[in-house]
Amino acid sequence: MSTVERVPPPRSYLEEGYGLRSWLTTHDHKRIAILYALGITFFFFLGGLAAALVRLELVTPAGDLMSAETYNKAFTFHGVVMVWFFLIPSIPATLGNFLLPLMIGARDVAFPRLNLFSWYLYVGGGVFTLLCLLLGGVDTGWTFYTPFSTLFSTSHVLLAVVGVFIVGFSSIFTGLNFIVTIHTLRAPGMTWFRLPLFVWSMYAVALVMVLATPVLAMTLSLIALERLFGVGIFDPALGGDPVLFQHFFWFYSHPAVYIMILPAMGVVSELITAGARRRIFGYRFMVYAIIGIAVVGFLVWGHHMFVAGQSMYASIVFSILSFIIAVPSAIKVFNWTATLYRGDIGFDAPMLYALGFVGLFMLGGLTGLFLAATALDVNLTDTYFVVAHFHYIMVGGAVMAYLGGIHFWWPKITGRMYSEAWARFAAILMFFGFNLTFFPQYILGYEGMPRRYHEYLPQFQVWNVLSSAGATILGAAYLLPLFYLAWSLRHGARAGPNPWDARGLEWQTASPPPPHNFEQTPTVTEGPYAYR
Amino acid sequence: MNTLPQASSFAPDVDHLFDALLLLCGLVVVGVFAAMIFFCVRYRRGSAAERMPARAHLGVELTWTLLPFVLFMGIFGWSVHLWIRLRTPPKDAQPIYVVAKQWMWKVQHPDGAREIDTLHVPVGRPIRLVMTSQDVIHSFYVPAFRVKQDVLPDRYTELWFTATQAGTFNLFCAEFCGTDHSRMHGEVIVMAPADYARWLQAHAGIGLAAQGERLFRQFGCSGCHDPQSGVHAPDLYDLYGHTVPLSDGSQVLADERYLQDSILLPKKQIAAGYAPIMPSFQGRIGAEDVLALVAYLKTRTHAAEDTDEHR
Repeated sequence: MSTVERVPPPRSYLEEGYGLRSWLTTHDHKRIAILYALGITFFFFLGGLAAALVRLELVTPAGDLMSAETYNKAFTFHGVVMVWFFLIPSIPATLGNFLLPLMIGARDVAFPRLNLFSWYLYVGGGVFTLLCLLLGGVDTGWTFYTPFSTLFSTSHVLLAVVGVFIVGFSSIFTGLNFIVTIHTLRAPGMTWFRLPLFVWSMYAVALVMVLATPVLAMTLSLIALERLFGVGIFDPALGGDPVLFQHFFWFYSHPAVYIMILPAMGVVSELITAGARRRIFGYRFMVYAIIGIAVVGFLVWGHHMFVAGQSMYASIVFSILSFIIAVPSAIKVFNWTATLYRGDIGFDAPMLYALGFVGLFMLGGLTGLFLAATALDVNLTDTYFVVAHFHYIMVGGAVMAYLGGIHFWWPKITGRMYSEAWARFAAILMFFGFNLTFFPQYILGYEGMPRRYHEYLPQFQVWNVLSSAGATILGAAYLLPLFYLAWSLRHGARAGPNPWDARGLEWQTASPPPPHNFEQTPTVTEGPYAYR
Repeated sequence: MNTLPQASSFAPDVDHLFDALLLLCGLVVVGVFAAMIFFCVRYRRGSAAERMPARAHLGVELTWTLLPFVLFMGIFGWSVHLWIRLRTPPKDAQPIYVVAKQWMWKVQHPDGAREIDTLHVPVGRPIRLVMTSQDVIHSFYVPAFRVKQDVLPDRYTELWFTATQAGTFNLFCAEFCGTDHSRMHGEVIVMAPADYARWLQAHAGIGLAAQGERLFRQFGCSGCHDPQSGVHAPDLYDLYGHTVPLSDGSQVLADERYLQDSILLPKKQIAAGYAPIMPSFQGRIGAEDVLALVAYLKTRTHAAEDTDEHR
């Protein structure tokens, strides 16, 4: 009988320190990811509360729950918070931060201090946004269209703009960090075409963040200049051009849509391959599709402006480019579907989220074609059709993928398993709640109900009531994970390093991982998704 | 396919394109969903289905790259064809001028007829709207016609259509324009050509609350509160008996008392979306005059204005 020497298991990153100080001064990408997750969860539910108010008001055609002013502030707050404080940082700053170094076999990101600084910028931007809310809010819509935002709105536009300006730098620094990390810190043997698709999506999104976000910062500064000092840039009374603002704004904000959806595509590629125990179908095409979307994404902003007074010919060019960008998205949907072919498909919660994503993303993407077609967009733009379309992408797509990713990597992040039954229930409830909320909005838009309406004509009520009913279910489905995930932290079963029998490098280390991720730097000898 | 009336010459063509794209997308959705469900059932974990290793399929990839591309280009071409028509008014189109303002549509017909929040047009004749805004960006949207165009300050934008059936159709503002954006709607009234001609000539005459209206100009109220004013002030149309949102988030019913207070103590309740710039008229205006003004304000409705201006 041999004696086995008991080797103490390596301390995990969670056991590095327990005090508040150890968290607020950490340079560990995994801890920073958790800091982000806390902030993002807070803002998600705050933005959700604003959406709940909006849906509640719209149950009846009359504006009877709140004043028009309050309603306008509610949807503006919902938009600002969900776009800049939830969707844009959601996957990159939490899952990206946590997983990127693990997936490429690195000890941390390239600039750990800058990473922490990014989080403080995020918090700083959040503080201004909350201050704006507490002082009375802003009523311009998240798009800050001029000259309403610069000369007519009497609400706290500047505070909101400052908040968004600051949080923009958080995303620029995160993008910079990711680009350098992927270029310089890949483990031996981790060549570019051995990168998991999630890493490719982080690379693409980081490029977009670094290139597009400065334009947002510039545009917001110009708003502040005009509002504070009356410098005529966008207001025609001062010699400016309000349509110029829309060009600037969408030059950032359309790529921002891809900042939100590319990471979701990356997550889903990991989830589907692990769920189906199958190599991704058409890996290289998936990579080219990611890059194609990121590049062409910079050239389609004008499709937001077909009726804005843009030239007829410019609109034709933006229209054809918008159809072209739909091709790589289609490639991705077909490849995910084909990955299931001859797979060994399990239906754990992450897989349910991923399958839900593919369905909802497809509906959102295809309805985008209607809006890319100039002649149809004339009728549909600025109606609920657009609202439904982008919620299918942003909520049906990005949020489903984010939650799917959180479930998939939860055992890696916390070392615990959650209740599978509850998680599946929440995923299915979310899918149905989502469709009930947003599908009626396609019909509303098609029948001509404009968006951002506090009151509406009685003929639109049926679909609005259905939508609000769906929102109730959706809200409940979003609350569920808070409880069972929190429960799992204490009571969940120990996960072990690789509960899904997945192939990524992140599954080769302990759960939760040690502070520097790997006991030894791994050497990579094969491509990603080494399933069958 | 739709419950919206097809009331312009564009509407059926736009709907055909919509239906074609809907059919195409529907086929894609059904195809992908069918494949997903089939794979999920057949290759569920533990099933006995045969599972071969994955192989590269360049041909398959190219097929589902190029096929959608070709179909998309087809839809694009169809759409552009229609788009150019939508954006190119015929030379003989009848111009009508539209001025948007927070939160109303003012329409001026070339012969001098004016209306607010309504637009009367004849059936079968191309109409070209020439539009501008006095303040922020608005958007002129008539769903039944399938037309929409943003209306910009200090710049003219155009929209044209030929109405094809008589009736009353909704007009909406589709671009968020501030507090009462959702109330900035009206009606497009399409009439048979003979009825339209009669309408143009009609001299509907109702008096305003004459004294109040005179005072309204005498005291300079109209300088700020008229729709034509460059000052950003409420236009006071359809005010009486309606709820007014205030800048502190509360609401007030516009009764006689509110109207009187607003003249004498304008800083007391500031209407949402406006700066508190109105001077007080306390001590400068007699009680009877205030009553006369309030009486006038009670009649200051778009409906009254509409008939009045064609007298």
